Parts: sequence; C-alpha cells; structure tokens
Amino acid sequence: MKRKFLSTLALLMSSSVLLIGCSSNDTSTPATENAGATSTPSNTVDSASSDSDSAETDAPTSDTTGNGVSGKVSIAGSTTVASPMEAIQEAFKEVEPNITLEIQAVGSSAGIKAAADGTAEIGMASREVKDSERAEYGLNEIVIAKDAIAVVVHPDNPITDLTIDQVKDLFEGTIKNWSEIGGADQDVIVICREDGSGTRSAFEEIIGLEMDINGVTVSSVSPMAIIQEGTGAVKATTAAQEGGIGFVSLGYIDNTISAVTISGVAPTVEDTLSGAYPISRPLLLVTQDDLSAQAQALVDYILGSDGQAVLESHNYVPVG
Amino acid sequence: MDIMKWVFRGCAALTIVAISVIGFFIIFNGLSFFTHTSLWSFLTGQYWLPSGEIFGIFPMLVSSFFATLGSVTIGILIGVSTAIVLVELLPAKLASILSKMIDLLAGIPSVIYGFFGLMVIVPLIKNNLGGSGLSLLAVIIILTFMILPTIIRMTEVSLKAVPREYKEGAYALGATRLQYIFKVQLRSAKSGIIAGIMLAIGRALGETMAVMLVAGNAVIIPENILSAVRTVTANIAMEMSYASGVHEQALFATGLVLFAIIIGINILMQWIVRRLDRG
Repeated sequence: MKRKFLSTLALLMSSSVLLIGCSSNDTSTPATENAGATSTPSNTVDSASSDSDSAETDAPTSDTTGNGVSGKVSIAGSTTVASPMEAIQEAFKEVEPNITLEIQAVGSSAGIKAAADGTAEIGMASREVKDSERAEYGLNEIVIAKDAIAVVVHPDNPITDLTIDQVKDLFEGTIKNWSEIGGADQDVIVICREDGSGTRSAFEEIIGLEMDINGVTVSSVSPMAIIQEGTGAVKATTAAQEGGIGFVSLGYIDNTISAVTISGVAPTVEDTLSGAYPISRPLLLVTQDDLSAQAQALVDYILGSDGQAVLESHNYVPVG
Repeated sequence: MDIMKWVFRGCAALTIVAISVIGFFIIFNGLSFFTHTSLWSFLTGQYWLPSGEIFGIFPMLVSSFFATLGSVTIGILIGVSTAIVLVELLPAKLASILSKMIDLLAGIPSVIYGFFGLMVIVPLIKNNLGGSGLSLLAVIIILTFMILPTIIRMTEVSLKAVPREYKEGAYALGATRLQYIFKVQLRSAKSGIIAGIMLAIGRALGETMAVMLVAGNAVIIPENILSAVRTVTANIAMEMSYASGVHEQALFATGLVLFAIIIGINILMQWIVRRLDRG
C-alpha cells in the first residue's frame, strides 16, 4: 500500500516537473517578444529600414541616439565575444539608458543554439557558423569585429618570431624541443583550448592543424597537449610553463605572457586590419529575422562609428 | 499529526523524484548517442576527436582508474593509520583537536583543493620531477587530500564502536596494545572501514573541479605518473559548455557510463558490507 502510494506520487511529481520545464521554455520567448512589441511604435521605421541584411554588409550610418526605446535584450554565447560586449554594454548605457542588456557567456555553440530556439534574442559566436548550423537554424549573421589570435609563449622564452609552419609543427608535436628552432634546451609544452572552443577551431583552421582519419577531418593538435578550459586558463598555464606555447585573443595579452610575431608581423589591430597578420577570425552576432526595437538599436550602435570605436579601444579589429 | 505524516512522505517522495529525474535525464540524453557509436567502440576507443566525431573514452577510463587507485591506496594507508592514532594512541584532548581539524578538511570546497594543487603541488612536481607538473601524480595527491577525511572519519567511528569487552578480553589474554589494534580492533571494525573506503572511491572517481585544474586534460593513456591525464568527469565538465549535436550526446553518454560505474560501486559496497556483517 505504502509503496504503491510512493511510486504514484513519484510518477506524478516527475511528470509535473517535466511539464513545468517544457512550459516555462515555451512561454519565455513570446514574453520577450511582447515586451519588444509594446515598446516599438516610435522606432518601427528605423528598425525596418536597417534590417540585418544591410547590417551584414556594411555599417549603417544613422546614429540612433536616445530615441526612447526601452526594454531588455538577452544575449548569450561565446566567452570571447562576451568581453567586448561588456565594454559595449558600458558605452551603450550612456546612449540608451532604458535598454538593459543581459549578457551570458556560455560558448559559441550554445549561443547559436540559444538564438535559434529563442532562449536569447542575440547569440554570440567567435567562429564561423558551421554549414550544418546554417542549414538547421538559418540565422542572420552580423560580423561586429575581427579578433586577432596571438600565439603566446612564456616571457623568458628567447623565441620571438615563428612562421605559420613552425607554429603548426609545434602544435602537432613534431618540434619537441625549443632548441630545434634555435631556442633554449627546453621541452615544448603545447597548451590548447578544449574541443568545441571557437578560438580553437578558428586557430586550427587558419594554421592548418587538420588531418584526415578514415575520411573525416579531425584536429591534428598533439594528443600530448595540455588542454585548458577557457582562454584565461590557457594564459595562466602559459605564464607558468617556461616551455609553454598557447594561443589567446589579442585582448588577453599582458606582461605575463609574450606574443610572438608571425613571419615578422606582430599581432596588432592595424596589421590584422590590413591583412598582414594572418591569424584572425570574425566575431559574430547571430539573430533570428524579427529583432525587437531594442535589439536593433543595439546592433545599429555596435556597427556604428561609436560602437566600433569602443571595440577598437579594446583591441578588436573594427569592420565598419 | 496526520499532516506531519504527509510532510514526511512528501520529503521522501522528493528524494525519489530527484533520483529518478536525474537518472531519466542522463539515460534519455545518453542512450541516443549509441546509434552513432556502438557502446563497445565508445568504451574501447583510443581517440577522442570531437572535431571528426570520433568518440572513444578508453584513455579517460584508464586515467580515472589509476587516479582513483593511486589516491585510494595512499588514502587507506594514511587514513586508517591516522584513525588508529586518533582512537587508541593519542590523549583524548589532542585527539579531539585533531579530529576537528579533519572535519575542517572535509568542509573545504573542491575548487580550493584544485587551486592549492595548481599553485603548490604542480610547481613542486614541475621543479623537482620535470615535465609540466600538470600530471597524474598531481591528481593523485590532490584526491588523496580530498578523500582522507572520509576514510579517517568512517574508520574512527567504527573503531570506536568496537565493544570495550574485546579490549579487556585481549589484554586479559596477554595481548600487547598493537596486537589488540591489528588483530582484534581492526578486524571487528572492518565492515565500517570498507564502507568508508567505498565512499572514498566514489568521491575520488566523481571529483571534477579540482582534478580538472591539475590534470592537464590531455586525452592519452598515461605512460607514467607524470603524464597529463583527463578523467571521465573532467571530460564532461570541460567540454559541455561548448558542445553541440553529437558531441553533446557523447558527453551525456560519458555521464551515463560514469553513472553506471558509480551505481556498480554502490551495489558492490552494499554487498561487501552485508557479507562482512554476516561473516
């Protein structure tokens, strides 16, 4: 009797938990859309004129300063894009005090997924959208800036310049000791991001760290490589290992690690902009077709001259 | 009174709900992966290359096994000895102070252990033994610290529970103190000690954060104790935030394997304890 009671109760509660889970997911999307719809009237013309197609190709010139839009924009995705977005958030507050941004750093893949299922209005990605994702979700992609990826070593390492081929050999484990390329007699310790990281996949693609196994393309980073979760951890590990080599976004460089030049070109905003520095990737925002007025205002601001200036001041390469 | 009965029943049911929802969630998400890769090749595969959708967790199973084996072996030696000292050899006042400190050790969050490992143990290994320091050895040392309180506490409690008559009887028969401890006390406390060891195994196997910080996380079968390793738990924690599609399913499947191993250990523990109690 008692057992029967408990098991029915358990069933009932577990099913109700599941149901609650589903329904809350469903309601969250329309709620944010409604919030957007009610506050749009003053801005409908503006948002219609600069839809995301035009935004993708070129930055709109109109500055939408304080046109009374208010509301909330939820943004989720890449940790790399989250840090410039936080800088944007600061500056944007001055222009549009009534729009609040909610930024969640959950990773590129999760961000794209969040934008696709409506959990977030804007997704952030620090890598190209994969063809499979493009086919499945059909999201609009907006390039807000480019980000140079710097190859970094311990500050005590005498090596200051590498070629792309040397970087490839180092990361594949073909070069095992720094003395092989004229450095100190020290084992190379490769430090890499985890699989699925946008920084890693962009880096692998540019350096050519890819190989074929049974017809599928896989990463050819040495299996002995130390894997660290997050750019901060890669930076800290490189700073702690005299023989270490890793890669981080340009914005992360400080005096605890030193960035090597690639065939003589240092990772700087100017050289990335001119294309002389080869390792860079786009920072993307992905959205669905119908943006709320406040989200559109944000996108316009980022692509406008003010937003691009903010990004450039944080070591990101402007696109506008 | 009737209301309280319902409250208690409700609380009990909540536990069952939590367990079944978690179990259902993992199984539901994990099982669908096995249409992509068979269970056998998942468990025995040498390569974990999510970029090419090649998923094999054998190196991680091996790493988890060695990390657990190493830390539990050292943990048993140190932990049981400490418990004996606490219960039988130290003066009561000193023992109670030490005992409180061990409780404190149990309360330290795992990320603090990991941070300590990264800042102290890893450089120590790097400077004295070479390599990067991020290694199986560092994992074993950190895990040993983390499971010691469990082993000490369980051993202490079961040693204390040995009836006083045994001690009197042993001494009356002319046993020395050490003879009593090793031949009488430890033997009669063995089921409690083994339960403690099993709990420690579960903790060592399941620990994630601290391990991830010091392990180096390379997916290789460790060649020696200084190799970087990735444990099963670290694999899930490390890649879950960025995974999508089959990769995500593979991580759920990894969780499913871990779930099965932990359940297996629990069942084994209950079986052993029951057997020892009977025998």
